[in-house]
Amino acid sequence: MSIVMDDSKLLEMYRTMQLIRLIEQRINDEYKYDEIKTPIHLSIGQEAVAAGVCIHLRKDDYIFGTHRSHSQYIAKGGDIQKMISELYLRKTGCASGRGGSMHLVDPEVGIFGSSAIVGGSIPLGTGTALASKLQKNDRVTVVFFGDGAADEGTFHESLNFAALKKLPVVYVCENNFYAINSHQLSRQVGDNIYKWAQSYGMPGYQIDGNDVLEVFKYAEEAISRCRNGEGPTMIECLTYRWKGHIGTVDDVGEGYRPKEEYDYWVSRCPIKRFSEYLKNKGILTDELIKKIDQEIYDLIDEVFRVAQNSPKPSPDELLDFVYAD
Amino acid sequence: MPWTTVQVEKLDSFFISGDFTGDRVLTYREALHEAFDQSLARDPRVFIMGEGVDDVAGVFGTTKGLKEKYGADRVFDTPIAENSLTGIAAGAAMAGLRPILIHARMDFLLLSFDQLVNHASKWCYMFGGKVKIPLVVRTISARGWGSGAQHSQCIQGMLMNVPGLKIVAPATPYDAKGLMISAIIDSNPVLFVEHRWLHKTTGHVPEELYSIPIGKGVIRRKGEDITIVAISYMLVEALKAAEKLQEAGISAEVIDPRTLKPLDEQILVESVAKTGRLLITDTGCKTGSVASEIAAVAAEKAFHLLKKPIKRVCCPDTPTPTSDVLEKAFYPNADDIFNEAVKLVRE
Ligand SMILES: Cc1ncc(C[n+]2csc(CCOP(=O)(O)OP(=O)(O)O)c2C)c(N)n1
Ligand SMILES: [Mg+2]
Repeated sequence: MSIVMDDSKLLEMYRTMQLIRLIEQRINDEYKYDEIKTPIHLSIGQEAVAAGVCIHLRKDDYIFGTHRSHSQYIAKGGDIQKMISELYLRKTGCASGRGGSMHLVDPEVGIFGSSAIVGGSIPLGTGTALASKLQKNDRVTVVFFGDGAADEGTFHESLNFAALKKLPVVYVCENNFYAINSHQLSRQVGDNIYKWAQSYGMPGYQIDGNDVLEVFKYAEEAISRCRNGEGPTMIECLTYRWKGHIGTVDDVGEGYRPKEEYDYWVSRCPIKRFSEYLKNKGILTDELIKKIDQEIYDLIDEVFRVAQNSPKPSPDELLDFVYAD
Repeated sequence: MPWTTVQVEKLDSFFISGDFTGDRVLTYREALHEAFDQSLARDPRVFIMGEGVDDVAGVFGTTKGLKEKYGADRVFDTPIAENSLTGIAAGAAMAGLRPILIHARMDFLLLSFDQLVNHASKWCYMFGGKVKIPLVVRTISARGWGSGAQHSQCIQGMLMNVPGLKIVAPATPYDAKGLMISAIIDSNPVLFVEHRWLHKTTGHVPEELYSIPIGKGVIRRKGEDITIVAISYMLVEALKAAEKLQEAGISAEVIDPRTLKPLDEQILVESVAKTGRLLITDTGCKTGSVASEIAAVAAEKAFHLLKKPIKRVCCPDTPTPTSDVLEKAFYPNADDIFNEAVKLVRE
């Protein structure tokens, strides 16, 4: 694939993917201490999707995510300290301890909140896109969701509406083939969610979601279509989660996912593939990898330390925020 | 002509006095139209969407001509997808707009519970107050002419149980305009509950913009012997009943909560302190109704003031029948309120 892009962007995407991976791993490692008292859904293995899409977004563009949205929050530039503090349900967390892992928010960078209802954020992102159109600005919305969400009515209703109104929204399906333990083919007639998008009247693509350069390319085109008032696009990114659906469990073999399938996808690790590509091009070196990792580890140590030492909400704040003033 | 219009055209128009004096009299539907017109003119963030809002009928006349005046970007028809439309409106609200979403029947609101209850109403809390959803969801309950089980529901009672949602149910033209404006300028999702049989009600309405505080009820008629709390259209029946009670020598105080959530508890307790008797009448089915909630508030806060058990006059717990005979048996009216009030006072 020939993409004209400066090295700094390539490195930024690499760094974002690695940042997601290492934060997720640290969350995974800390979970056993029972201080992160909220369900977590890790994105290890799926990092290329958020990284390849969000690199094109401005601070004032919007994204929406799901129960599994650490990766998107990080890639869009959400405040990482506030994210980790939220996982620890601290008062200083991004949602003041009212949200937790499934409900991350950072309006400063266009993250208006992720929903833990499957398919729930698809209309919301369609709505911010409607606002961009009515306000006549060029802000773009990207809605991330899983293959499970394509089962829901909100997916179909929203895509129809967005196409009808030519809204500046990109629907990014992270198709990891499973909704909990239920395979896509036991829930859907085909394995081509993108075709639904086409029949609703928008471009739809199915791409390799573990190839960050491919994600980059399709997202770039979709987002520029939005900015030019040409309407929505859907990108179905085939990818795979390495961990079990929830928490830190591994669910390979034993009647769950086949070991061969898992091994195949691990061999297609998005970070490994991209770092090899960058190394071949001479952009990334072992030394640089070490340096980037060290910076990330330092950051992670700091944010976890601060989060663990931050105050929890006090019981007398229970009723705060029910209504906005 | 929609069948409920056939029905509504047959009703007497009912004048409710006392909100405001002056010589400007409007119907409920005209008052709402004026609230929309003036809000669209005043605030470029306001827009109206819903099934049929820009058609010739214009949601029973309440949105008629607004598309022509403000453009198709600000008043537009939608696909029939109530749930996602609610989420779309909520998303637009997050991004700084002030949407008014219209469901021509309250029954259709049920399809939108996911976005209304799981999303819009919880968003402010779930994100620690970081994101606001200034959204108006307007719903209209129909009644009569065989509307049947799926075109006549008054499910406001169910929604009392949703934290983060405000619910208003104006009964007079003055309140319809003022509360619509309050709902539009509020920073939270507000469910605007209307009843089709109120659309023809008339009353004094000032021309200028005004708002009515959400959470404040009014005494519609002062009395000494019994408190009648009447919700939405049941106010009309309650006022008729109060008139008859007067003739029978019973002085009824009629309270219109106007806002269902948050409820004006003070006005209720103060009235019960005076009368010692409480009858509550609601347009919905009895179990889990707004009347149930008001009864619970009275039991908690005014038990010691009550001389008699509380009485609820609501629809029975059955789907609405279509037969005109059964329909007549289904809906409580002024006579039922009168009879129950007499029992409370005399027995
Ligand atoms: C409306 C709704 N139904 C069911 C669930 C339970 N649930 C949580 S995650 C999940 C699977 C979602 O799968 P997918 O959309 O593919 O996302 P993934 O977990 O693979 O990222 C389900 C069914 C839910 N949260 N919301
Ligand atoms: Mg999935």
